Amino acid sequence: MSTPLAPARPNRISLAVRDSSTMLRRNLLHARRYPSLTLNLLLTPVMLLLLFVYVFGDVMSAGIGGGGADRSDYIAYLVPGLLLMTIGSTTIGTAVSVSNDMTEGIIARFRTMAIHRGSVLVGHVVGSVLQSIMSVVLVGAVGVAIGFRSTDATVLEWIAAFGLLTLFALALTWIAVGMGMVSPNAEAASNNAMPLIFLPLISSAFVPVDAMPGWFQPIAQYQPFTPAIETLRGLLLGTEIGNNGWLAVAWCLALTVLGYLWSKSVFNRDPK
Amino acid sequence: MTDLAIAANGLRKSYGDKTVLDGVDLAVPKGTIFSLLGPNGAGKTTAVKILSTLISADDGVVHVGGHDLARAPHAVRAAIGVTGQFSAVDGLITGEENMLLMADLHHLSKREGRRVAAELLERFDLTAAAKKPASTYSGGMKRRLDIAMTLVGDPRIIFLDEPTTGLDPRSRHNMWQIIRELVSDGVTVFLTTQYLEEADELADRIAVLNDGKIAAEGTAEELKRLVPGGHVRLRFTGPAAYQAAASALREATRDDEALALQIPSGGSQRELRSILDWLDAAGIEADELTVHTPDLDDVFFALTAGTDVPHQPKEAVR
Repeated sequence: MSTPLAPARPNRISLAVRDSSTMLRRNLLHARRYPSLTLNLLLTPVMLLLLFVYVFGDVMSAGIGGGGADRSDYIAYLVPGLLLMTIGSTTIGTAVSVSNDMTEGIIARFRTMAIHRGSVLVGHVVGSVLQSIMSVVLVGAVGVAIGFRSTDATVLEWIAAFGLLTLFALALTWIAVGMGMVSPNAEAASNNAMPLIFLPLISSAFVPVDAMPGWFQPIAQYQPFTPAIETLRGLLLGTEIGNNGWLAVAWCLALTVLGYLWSKSVFNRDPK
Repeated sequence: MTDLAIAANGLRKSYGDKTVLDGVDLAVPKGTIFSLLGPNGAGKTTAVKILSTLISADDGVVHVGGHDLARAPHAVRAAIGVTGQFSAVDGLITGEENMLLMADLHHLSKREGRRVAAELLERFDLTAAAKKPASTYSGGMKRRLDIAMTLVGDPRIIFLDEPTTGLDPRSRHNMWQIIRELVSDGVTVFLTTQYLEEADELADRIAVLNDGKIAAEGTAEELKRLVPGGHVRLRFTGPAAYQAAASALREATRDDEALALQIPSGGSQRELRSILDWLDAAGIEADELTVHTPDLDDVFFALTAGTDVPHQPKEAVR
């Protein structure tokens, strides 16, 4: 335990980056050691994808296509929504692992160490966003395997689609971190995070909003998933995006800021 | 002030209308072991949480390592190491990974980090288990890992919150040895415990915390002087012998339930012989005779009385 060479006092930013990347490594190590939670959560969107395509596919595509019952049309319609649903599903895992983590003594240790205070949360967020992206790629691969093809999306549109998915993952992750922080245990965290998987079910992921009952349409329309899904569809399939693009970005930014402020204020409270 | 590692004045903390700390003053000189002793719920852990920057006090001025706790918490954190009541290890990763995590957070270089981690794992007898997840460790191993992690940053002031609670006797003695070694390196140790034996064994100074207040403070010897001397305890198996002895021995304290009598005594050979002689003369045979010298238990029970404390002499103290 000889005294290490005293490092030149690092400035705030480099301290924050260094400690956050240490925490990120810790979270990725957790995810790599215990992949079952992530894989379980991945199962839901994959199952829904297969269920809706192969079991309900004929009926659904008949309803969507307005007559021409072609299953591949419905695959194209379904995949963008399920990619976003994958993010929602992955972030439930974030809420659970944050909640688990906060009950561990190691967090108390971190709080009493001279490290960047936010690094614990930043490590969770960055780790979770990376996991979301990996999950999206996996579900996307299943989609491609069963016949999903983008209709002449340009490189720029692919980049934009990727950016949107990342931004969406960031937004939901910060919200999930907040949910995890206020949940006393893993079960509560999993329950509290239910909206993240429930909202896509009542969005335009499976059926178009204008095919829903009139009284329900506002519920489906005015929530973060629908504009994001419509934007992704537009980017990958060339459908009309309209003002959904701006709406999606606005939702993402608002949720990110909200989740960040919420998580930070909960974290800065005195622990029990 | 400069020779104090920890100085607290008028520390107060309450949760809702429950007052946990009610004006606590502490002064811990550098390089000593200070023990905060108290029953469950006395506020020991709350005190440690405040002193280690985990939670904030409602009132009071605290300096740790010469830094003002309220104004410079970051500087305080750089000077301290904390091992809490519940293991502060990451159970999902291995012991070695826990150590390297600490090295990274203390901004050691890769090489230095590996060296320090290996050295401490060796010192705490964890090298064989280094590659196993910490969640598979026994209670004693977890505590050792916990302390090893605390030492990575070479802190000058260490808080140990009930470090031996729940450990078997051998692990407890190992832990005591570890704590003694720390202090020989010039580290200041702030130790909370509910075991009087532990405070007696380790601490230079002891403060008894009861009901959010310091009930007494001093060396173990000073505290022992606060209570009257020891006693001899006679236990009987039959009520008849017990009654006979009790009515003959007026100065003894009765414990009707246990069929036992306590006779004030210093425990010297002469005093014991006179008791034995007297028992023989009276034709009374006790089934068990034990000698109790005054220990911190007596101090503890006397100072933290008010709660239900049977089998103890009720003489007024102080």
